[in-house]
Amino acid sequence: MTRRKWSAAGVAVGVLILASAFPFYWAIVSSFTPEARLFQKPSLLPSGLVLDHYRTLFEQRGFWVPIRNSLIVAGSTTVFCVVVGSFCAYALARLRFRGKAPLLALILTVSMFPQIAIVSPLYLVLRALRLTNTYPGLILPDLTFATPLTVWLLVGFFRQLPVELEEAAMVDGASRLRIFWEVVVPVALPGLAATAILTFLYCWNEFLFALSFTLGPERQTVPVAIALFRGRYQVPWGQILAAAIVATAPVAALVLVFQRKIVQGLTAGAVKG
Amino acid sequence: MPSADAGDALERREARLAWWLVTPALATILLVALFPLLWTLWESVHLHDLRMPWLGRPFIGAVNYAEALRDPRFWAALGHTAFFTAVSVTLELGLGLVLALAMNRATRGRTVIRAAVLVPWAIPTVVSALLWRFIFDDQAGIVNAVLSGVGLIRQPIVWFIHPDLAWVPVIVSDVWKTTPFVALLLLAGLQNIDSSLYEAARIDGASSWQQFRHVTLPLLKPAMLVALVFRTLDSVRVFDLVYVLTGGGPGTSTEPIALYTFNSLLQNLRFGYGSALSVITFVVSFALALGYLRLLGRDLTEARA
Repeated sequence: MTRRKWSAAGVAVGVLILASAFPFYWAIVSSFTPEARLFQKPSLLPSGLVLDHYRTLFEQRGFWVPIRNSLIVAGSTTVFCVVVGSFCAYALARLRFRGKAPLLALILTVSMFPQIAIVSPLYLVLRALRLTNTYPGLILPDLTFATPLTVWLLVGFFRQLPVELEEAAMVDGASRLRIFWEVVVPVALPGLAATAILTFLYCWNEFLFALSFTLGPERQTVPVAIALFRGRYQVPWGQILAAAIVATAPVAALVLVFQRKIVQGLTAGAVKG
Repeated sequence: MPSADAGDALERREARLAWWLVTPALATILLVALFPLLWTLWESVHLHDLRMPWLGRPFIGAVNYAEALRDPRFWAALGHTAFFTAVSVTLELGLGLVLALAMNRATRGRTVIRAAVLVPWAIPTVVSALLWRFIFDDQAGIVNAVLSGVGLIRQPIVWFIHPDLAWVPVIVSDVWKTTPFVALLLLAGLQNIDSSLYEAARIDGASSWQQFRHVTLPLLKPAMLVALVFRTLDSVRVFDLVYVLTGGGPGTSTEPIALYTFNSLLQNLRFGYGSALSVITFVVSFALALGYLRLLGRDLTEARA
């Protein structure tokens, strides 16, 4: 490897890191800058920072409401999908039965559905059941993409586990279900955790359903609340950016802590390993 | 050794257990995804206007579809979607390939690189759209500050009131958010390539370009196709980004098909017509997915079956 080529790669990587980080840096700095100075000549170096926007966000806007809503909706969806998805994925990964290939194809197809294709019936159903603007009315639609996603990711994780453990347990006469609970689940915990994190991220970020099936601020999720932020006279950029940082922080923390597992899950889901 | 009969019984038991395990997830998918999809289809051949409930919900056959075909806003939305998909996916795959090659060579800083790749991908699209809306803001935005700072412009550019320029923030934002993810997929593909192939090529006297052209590219094709599928299908249903960044405007000049469908449904409350648009969106995505699956079916489904 020549010196020159290495540095070209280094420059590309450097540009990537700077380009990824800059919008965050800029948003963080701006979220601490007083509103009046946001519209003056921008300066890259922060000065005279204040907490005003964050204070307004929580004290006047009640931003903890969308945070609570998002935690409830994304959390419930994740728990349901990981439980139901792990049963399904174990069968698909390990058991022999007819109809497996079409089932996998169906799950893959559903995970590729454009969400907009089912907004109209979901809206009509939820309205008829008086579920618009409720938690179940937000969780049920999220299952449409979260269920196939968890199954798909978990099939990948289960396939990577060594078969020997299960075979040994089977020789000992343990039933398939007991093997699943007592042998597979403990070994698969890292994979289950990674799947849960990814599912949670997808639900935390979901926008179209949450926008369509909520009517007012009391059940809005974080993305909807931020997107519908309005000021009385002008765009309240300081508060919007503060809210954006608050919405990003948990996601960024999860990703940074579990990055290795997440990459494994994503690439196992997409590239034959 | 178990007899053939016992083996059969065991196999049947295994299959029965498999279906028990599969059923909850399968039932969920059928109930919340497939059943609504059929309902959309049913709605699309009926007249259903929530603003005019007295009209009822009569069957009108293909009238909604015929209206779509005559609707210039529909064709424009389809065109915007195709334009956005073509431009952003091309940029993302090209840049993603360059980044993946660079990341493959980087020996230090893997953790930082992975963070730089993952964080933009993991944040809500609504948030990234807002960050870029702020960066491209005509008064507070840093793009105008930089452009006027280096003397390229005298007046600030009002990006979001110009029908063509409004595409710039949309595409930049999408490329920023998803190129790192594409690079990640391609990097996984690169790391799967057996390094002895490069050694063999070097011994045969292949230049680095020839190695790239004849070893890297062909072996990276499956990963490239997977990235292409995911990015294309995501772009075709683009909604969040445009809703927040331009609202489809100015006018309807950046309105993609998903946003037009959403507006027909939940703004104009025309459920029959909106459902017809939904079905068309679905058919376009499905046709694309089927086409791609034929291209790389073996790499995707059979890896799991």
